[in-house]
Amino acid sequence: MTATVTSNAPAEASAPTQLTMAGALNAALRDAMAADDRVVVYGEDVGPLGGVFRVTEGLQAEFGDERIWDSPLAESGIVGTAVGMAMYGMRPVVEMQFDAFSYPAFEQMVSHVAKMRNRTKGRVTLPMVVRIPCAGAIGGVEHHSDSSESYWASTPGLTVVMPSNPADAYSMLREAIESDDPVVFMEPKSRYWSKAPLALPVTTAPMDRAEVVREGTDVTLIGYGPTVRTALEAADAAADEGLSIEVVDLRSLSPFDDATVGASVRKTSRAAVIHEAAQFGGYGAEVAARVTERNFHHLAAPVLRIAGFDIPFPSPKLEEYHLPTPDRVLAALDTWEWDA
Amino acid sequence: MSLNVEHVSTRTLPSEKPLRLLDNAGHAVTGAATGGFGLPDTETLLGLYRKMVVARRFDVQVTALTKQGRLATYPSAYGQEACEIGSVAALTAADWLFPTYRDTIALLTRGIEPADILQSFRGDWHNGYDQHAHRTAAQATPLATQALHAVGLSHAARLRRDPIVALTFLGDGATSEGDTHEAFNFAAVWQTPTVFVVQNNQFAISVPLERQTRAATLADKAVGYGMPGYHVDGNDIAAMYAVTRAAVDRAREGGGPTLIEGVTYRIEAHTNSDDPTRYRTARDVEHWKRRDPIERLEKYLVSEGALTEAMRTEIADAAEALAARTREVMTTEAELDPLELFDHVYGRERSALVEQRSALEAELAAGAFAGHQGAAR
Repeated sequence: MTATVTSNAPAEASAPTQLTMAGALNAALRDAMAADDRVVVYGEDVGPLGGVFRVTEGLQAEFGDERIWDSPLAESGIVGTAVGMAMYGMRPVVEMQFDAFSYPAFEQMVSHVAKMRNRTKGRVTLPMVVRIPCAGAIGGVEHHSDSSESYWASTPGLTVVMPSNPADAYSMLREAIESDDPVVFMEPKSRYWSKAPLALPVTTAPMDRAEVVREGTDVTLIGYGPTVRTALEAADAAADEGLSIEVVDLRSLSPFDDATVGASVRKTSRAAVIHEAAQFGGYGAEVAARVTERNFHHLAAPVLRIAGFDIPFPSPKLEEYHLPTPDRVLAALDTWEWDA
Repeated sequence: MSLNVEHVSTRTLPSEKPLRLLDNAGHAVTGAATGGFGLPDTETLLGLYRKMVVARRFDVQVTALTKQGRLATYPSAYGQEACEIGSVAALTAADWLFPTYRDTIALLTRGIEPADILQSFRGDWHNGYDQHAHRTAAQATPLATQALHAVGLSHAARLRRDPIVALTFLGDGATSEGDTHEAFNFAAVWQTPTVFVVQNNQFAISVPLERQTRAATLADKAVGYGMPGYHVDGNDIAAMYAVTRAAVDRAREGGGPTLIEGVTYRIEAHTNSDDPTRYRTARDVEHWKRRDPIERLEKYLVSEGALTEAMRTEIADAAEALAARTREVMTTEAELDPLELFDHVYGRERSALVEQRSALEAELAAGAFAGHQGAAR
């Protein structure tokens, strides 16, 4: 098989322009497809429509329907065929359209995508990316707002990442496509329209690293995807009351960046993790356990979880009551005994 | 050999009577029952006969080794040799095979060594052979999942303009799975060079075909997807080979996927831990034993004067030699390295696995598992 791999970076960086996260993801797909003809994109409605969130807009016109095409409506089929494509040396990037639509593909993800390298003793690797638009706060009806990250993150063999801003969205998607291992690339829908001035191509920190996105000395707030903004808003509000909050954007859920999180927690001695998914058995439980196991003697208080209720994701008119808010974050911090 | 299938309309239901080229007495079939397919030439049939005899001996040997506790489990293919070998023999070495757990003798036909084939059933590692070298995917245990991989791989090959076909096996039970539907549909919509061979061996563990489907034949399902379907006597290797060969050629020429149902019977239990006397009668088993795929072809070849006593002896000796080699490798303990557990999870290093590897290494150094070599044995 022949493949053309050209330089990953265009010769010249563009001037900074205001770019949404959806636009950054679109640019990342375009640049990845231009750089490597093994990259193919498919899923439901990704062709002429450009995806229901317009992340694939214009790509079929540019690359043709042998590089990007609409698949039949079947998530297990999309992921399962991507396994075969990746086995043949392609680098498929497939879309699940909405978080809860990925569940029919659960068996392919868990039994094959995650395990193929291991089953075959490293002889078959799957360089594929499964894009999953995720989480709520967009007024979606049922099955359109789930946070499925802990299912994937607790599956050995998968790499699970979630950007929170346009720069990371571009850089992390490029890196995910170049990865020789399968990557679950989760895109927080409520952040698709967030803008940042960006000169492409942009390279941010490696996708397996957490980042301190706001420095502080009293508390470490750990968020990812949509809840990084929640954490930053809580930190702003707390600053008015004289509380200095450090915010860590995990970026990668699996692997977990113990070093960055641990360094922050040892500095502040207090930590809380924020996510939209239900608390019970959720990703925050893993964060709290890891932080505690490795930093117990540096902690002045128990690690807190600020999460969605332990309920199925609610209807759009009720989701505001369910989602973690900056006020809830601050209220949770108030439960600590600060003088102890 | 007539392999022209231009006349096949994708809207024609497969014949209810299975297509066959040799009847149970080993006589060449003529007329409508052949579906327009011609009997493969004698040299091809002799080659298929040899493969079946060797595979049967291998299967019997492995079943015996399983009873001796040398394998953790083994799903026998006794009685299904015509389906397995007739299909696989129609592939070129460049084509890909996507097998299930029961298709061990198909792997043997692909030239994979017994020790490598049996590594997973022995419990040493999930899979023991080089997929790319043999163009054979790891055996799939979840039902029908590998059919989608076959569709994806063959579609990728087609996009690359590589003349490669992917063939995947399914059982009758697997046709009830959602992934079967998705694989059939994706293959038909994308017109991928994929051949689906359903080995209808009548039982999904204990559940008989009539509790699996209301369709008159499993091949009928092809019509709904817009691809040709063939209902074939799965104990007639001449028919299985000819029909698969036509489907493979058609796929390679851009004609899209084909569904082939081979009607056969699993003579042995589902696996060594199954008790088939609970769900089928000895009379049924005897009935199918009289329809043995090897005996049928043997009768034909002998009647044609193509199979001599000397050839039979030579083939039997080759089969015995393979059985002996299989006994030898399966009675030798493989060296297993527990630290390799961490080597094939991710391509890039992960600190958590590095830590866990070190912890196990320390336990091993301290003699924590001294005297143990695999809990299963």
